[in-house]
Amino acid sequence: MRILKLIFKNALRHKLRSGLTILGIAIAVFAFGLLRTVVSMWYVGIEASAANRLITRQAVSFIFTLPYSYKEQIAKLPGVEEVTFMNWFGGVYRDKSQFFARMGVDPETVFDVYPEFVLAADQLDAFKRERNSCVVGADIARQYGFKLGDVIQLEGDIYPGTWQFVVRGIYTPRNKTTDATQMFIHWQMIDERMRADMPTRAGEVGWYIIKIKDPARSAVISDQVDALFKNSRAETKTETERAFTQGFISGASSIIEAMNFISFIIIGIIMLVLGNTMIMSARERTREYAVFKTLGFSAGHLVGLILGESLFISALGGALGIAITYPMVEGFSQAIPKGFFPIFIVEPGTVMLAGVAALIVGIAASIFPIQRALRMKIVDGLRFIG
Amino acid sequence: MANSIIQVQSVSKSYFRDTFEIPVLRNLSLEVHEGEFVALMGPSGSGKTTLLNLIAGIDRPTSGKLIVNGTDIATLNESALAKWRAANVGFVFQFYNLLPVLTAFENVELPLLLTSLSKAERKKHVHVALSVVGLADRMHHYPKQLSGGQEQRVAIARAIVTDPTILVADEPTGDLDKNSAAEVLTLLDRLNKEYKKTIVMVTHDPHAAEKASIIRHLDKGELQ
Repeated sequence: MRILKLIFKNALRHKLRSGLTILGIAIAVFAFGLLRTVVSMWYVGIEASAANRLITRQAVSFIFTLPYSYKEQIAKLPGVEEVTFMNWFGGVYRDKSQFFARMGVDPETVFDVYPEFVLAADQLDAFKRERNSCVVGADIARQYGFKLGDVIQLEGDIYPGTWQFVVRGIYTPRNKTTDATQMFIHWQMIDERMRADMPTRAGEVGWYIIKIKDPARSAVISDQVDALFKNSRAETKTETERAFTQGFISGASSIIEAMNFISFIIIGIIMLVLGNTMIMSARERTREYAVFKTLGFSAGHLVGLILGESLFISALGGALGIAITYPMVEGFSQAIPKGFFPIFIVEPGTVMLAGVAALIVGIAASIFPIQRALRMKIVDGLRFIG
Repeated sequence: MANSIIQVQSVSKSYFRDTFEIPVLRNLSLEVHEGEFVALMGPSGSGKTTLLNLIAGIDRPTSGKLIVNGTDIATLNESALAKWRAANVGFVFQFYNLLPVLTAFENVELPLLLTSLSKAERKKHVHVALSVVGLADRMHHYPKQLSGGQEQRVAIARAIVTDPTILVADEPTGDLDKNSAAEVLTLLDRLNKEYKKTIVMVTHDPHAAEKASIIRHLDKGELQ
């Protein structure tokens, strides 16, 4: 008990220095937590991928479309439970900075294939009935104040013109990692206007999402789908949703890897900050450590005192850093456009990693002072003038 | 004749600075009996503090035997030596060396943390030690709230709280004014006479040495 008290008192002996060190660690842990959150949220789509969904896209590139007629052919394959499709609509809501994903979908099937988008039955019925209706995710509904019956006006870019959609449903995410920032509109409505204004672009969808009965057969079914359209004008590439998402985000992987690397550099910086404090503290207490040894305290006691002090400071800084990470990440989440990161939350893994990092920093920072204290001869320590 | 409690037999001690050997003690022998108050005097660099450190087990001889309370301490490893010191030696430093973040009570209690005494027993021992040095009413004061003489008395209480076999004091009055020095010397004298403590004290001060029952002079690492 007295030893713990001594550790506590030693840690706060130089209040300003300890306070600044704790603050430095807290800021570094917060920066670490924020960067790790960005990295983990970037990959959250992969984690949220369903094992029983395949994505079929144009073989040449994701940006090219596929004929709507493929839907029926894919649906006939054995092992396929349901087929739906999506089409990137784009458009501008208010101004270009108000970004969230707007998709043309098949209202009849999309919520069967994506059960994680939870929509009330009456809202789904209304969405299916009205060609000019839309369903929005709960997050963007909250951000923009959308309510059932509101009209959302979009200025088209990929599909020119002014478009108006009545909000008939607000879906909620079933899981924490489910994207609740999308807006779904009727693909048929887009297609009808294309038929009238740009007939060459009619009857085209962006990509197919295939719900399969047995995830173990994903490779076989993928091959069968691609074989169906071999040598056609629009050959396909079918892969699991996970592989598709991985490929989709790989374009930015260098930036993400750099952020990942920087997050660990920050840990190194904390280690230097705390290490410096601990070295200064241990140096100042050289004579005290010699007194402890003279009184009969063992090497284990000295290790406990120095390590305890280092861990106390790092734990306090780490806890403070983690505590401020939550509101700061929340603020960051509010400040960035919703669609950029569909979800932006501090994951338990990030907190655990930050905690472990603070612990490792505490241990590492004490190694040199411990080594110094243990190697010191009592007579040299008693003569030490700090 | 009382038992011999400290036997320094043909002890030599040298320090090494780079490749140079600096002899400090040369083939020195000394015997201290139980209950004696020995003052070691001599000019700076004569080796008196080195001899005291060897007797207290905080330094090791280059050669020779050091038998204190029946144990040849030169043969003990670091861990055993630390335990031996905790049980047998009370050390009084010139600059008190109290921990500034602990109160007088907590400073005196420190050596007792190495024992198996309960909290209540530790408290009792600390009270007794602080009462002996006349500072029972200052137990909750921090070192910075005490005068130099009081700090040294707390250091003496810390040295005696475990009831060690010997008490070693390195210039215990070296940093004190005349009155405080006199108080500390009177206290050491009492510990020797009333509590039968064996004391080995290094001092420059002839007045301090007068309190000792035996005065030994060192010069150039040899006893005169």
